[in-house]
Amino acid sequence: MSFHPLMAYDERFHKSERKVGDEGPPFVFTPERRAALDEILTKYPPDRKRSAVLAALYLVQEQAGYITGNGMRHIAPLLDLTPAEVEDVASYYVMFHRAPVGRFVLQVCRTLSCALMGAERVTEALSEKLGIGVGETDASGMFTLLEFECLGACDRAPVVMVNNDLWHEKLEAANAGRLVDDIRARGEGAFTGCHLKVEH
Amino acid sequence: MDPILTKYVREPNGFTLDFFLKHEGYDGLKKALSMQPNDVIEQVKASGLRGRGGAGFPTGLKWQFVDKKTPNPKYICCNADESEPGTFKDHVLMERNPHLLFEGCLIGCWAIGAKVAYIYIRGEFYHVQRVLEAELAKAYAEGYVGRNIMGSGFDCDIVIHRGAGAYEAGEETALIESLEGKRAQPRIKPPFPAASGLYNCPTAVNNVETLCNLPAIITRGAEWFATLGPEKNGGPKLFCVSGHVKKPGVFEADMRTTLRELIYGYAGGIRDGHELKAVIPGGSSVPILLPHQLDVAASFDDVAKAGSMLGSAGIIVMDETTCMVWAARNLLYFYKHESCGKCTPCREGGDWLHKILTRIENGEGEMRDIDLLVSVGNNIAGKTLCAFGDAAATPALTTVKNFRAEFEAHVREGRCTVSSDWRASRMPVAAH
Repeated sequence: MSFHPLMAYDERFHKSERKVGDEGPPFVFTPERRAALDEILTKYPPDRKRSAVLAALYLVQEQAGYITGNGMRHIAPLLDLTPAEVEDVASYYVMFHRAPVGRFVLQVCRTLSCALMGAERVTEALSEKLGIGVGETDASGMFTLLEFECLGACDRAPVVMVNNDLWHEKLEAANAGRLVDDIRARGEGAFTGCHLKVEH
Repeated sequence: MDPILTKYVREPNGFTLDFFLKHEGYDGLKKALSMQPNDVIEQVKASGLRGRGGAGFPTGLKWQFVDKKTPNPKYICCNADESEPGTFKDHVLMERNPHLLFEGCLIGCWAIGAKVAYIYIRGEFYHVQRVLEAELAKAYAEGYVGRNIMGSGFDCDIVIHRGAGAYEAGEETALIESLEGKRAQPRIKPPFPAASGLYNCPTAVNNVETLCNLPAIITRGAEWFATLGPEKNGGPKLFCVSGHVKKPGVFEADMRTTLRELIYGYAGGIRDGHELKAVIPGGSSVPILLPHQLDVAASFDDVAKAGSMLGSAGIIVMDETTCMVWAARNLLYFYKHESCGKCTPCREGGDWLHKILTRIENGEGEMRDIDLLVSVGNNIAGKTLCAFGDAAATPALTTVKNFRAEFEAHVREGRCTVSSDWRASRMPVAAH
């Protein structure tokens, strides 16, 4: 990072050696995930492995459930980084969980367009049904409830993103409890996906 | 207007390569490859195409600034980090018309002499990314991307890069930082990306919708494009209408269409039994327009004349059940959450604006808090490296300017006096 216009924006000037704790279970990529990372690395210049850090962190989260200290320590040398540099990135982006989460992470969009269509009441209803507050995981470890910033699907408001890849659209507070029951019964099949409307 | 960008979005197979090829797909690329790169840039300049991401900067000019003499590689970065509240047009384009974007990327690469285009897509759009990746693999297999494209000798790769949840990554230099594997924080400009961008190489950062306009400009010509809208605001445009309207959605129209037509015609008007209170015409970062200000063409220049900005064309409509202090607080929570933290005025100021708005909304504010909002807002706007600071200050400044009486009522009454049928009885404690 550079604060001076004549200073180049690259890695020559500062490389933090700060330690990252060995938190979480021991971590080594499965051969498939290691191969996936090697494949992703071919998409960037050979001396710019760092570009794959977000992809590598997604793989860690997929394998370990969240971003563990050991996960970050594992990927750092693969990307020519120090563990501290990996943590620097992981701590910035909201889609990386730094602590264990439930099997279904319900992330309700709370920004204006969704809020105008009742997102606050959806969060409230989910919170009551699950008996947890925003940011918490229920006792069974099945659900985590979070609020999320604009998901970019405002005509399907209120929108919920689940686990960073599944979507549920037009969720009304009155149906929130039923959705939770439905997820318990059917798992991923309970979600509607996202179907934006387009007209000319 | 005949739809250009969204013509086939409702066809069940409209997103596939086969369908695309049967409907003039990659014709623009073919024609561009038969032209000199410089002539492509001249044609885009003549078309007057302006960036659809928010700033409305002329695309041809941006490409002209890219340093062509450098021995370094050059890059196109497609900004698909669509995160501006109220905006969901690129979402549609990528999901239903991925090859149009690929074709636009390739035309851009040919024009500036790049061999790689990176599509930086926001992490939340994983369902869109899967469509893009599957279709990109087909395009590679059929020779429309990769080595010796369509037998022309031109080599160009397209790489899809997934972000991980950061509004700030939509700022062009922050996007480059994120693509380099760092925190998405903006750089000091100059140098602009055209001189030193991705990996310190000349780079053009273009929005999805901007790139999707290129094939038609090449095949149908600059003049056709320029005459599609008001002067200097040519071409088709996607408008996203959301909030308290009957039929929210993405609408393709030209920029002569007025905001009133978009809200009352295309989007079906305000929901039954309610009346319009305020409109944010270009994503949450722009000033509010009032009901009597809507008879302006939804073009970059006309909306600016009316005192706001077209921005990303995310039109958020609010009816009389919307408390404006609440609306400002909702957006300031967004901005304080998304501030990258690099510049002090935005990092600290956004937090303070949110605190002050919260106490006014809860009825714990004082009259002097209203002026304090304006003072803090004015000390953020224009005092940060990127436009985020201006964006963060805007919701506070524009609501106080247009609805000061509502703020005063909160202070006087000690509570919110606007009743709504959609707000929570108590605010959930926000976390994350």
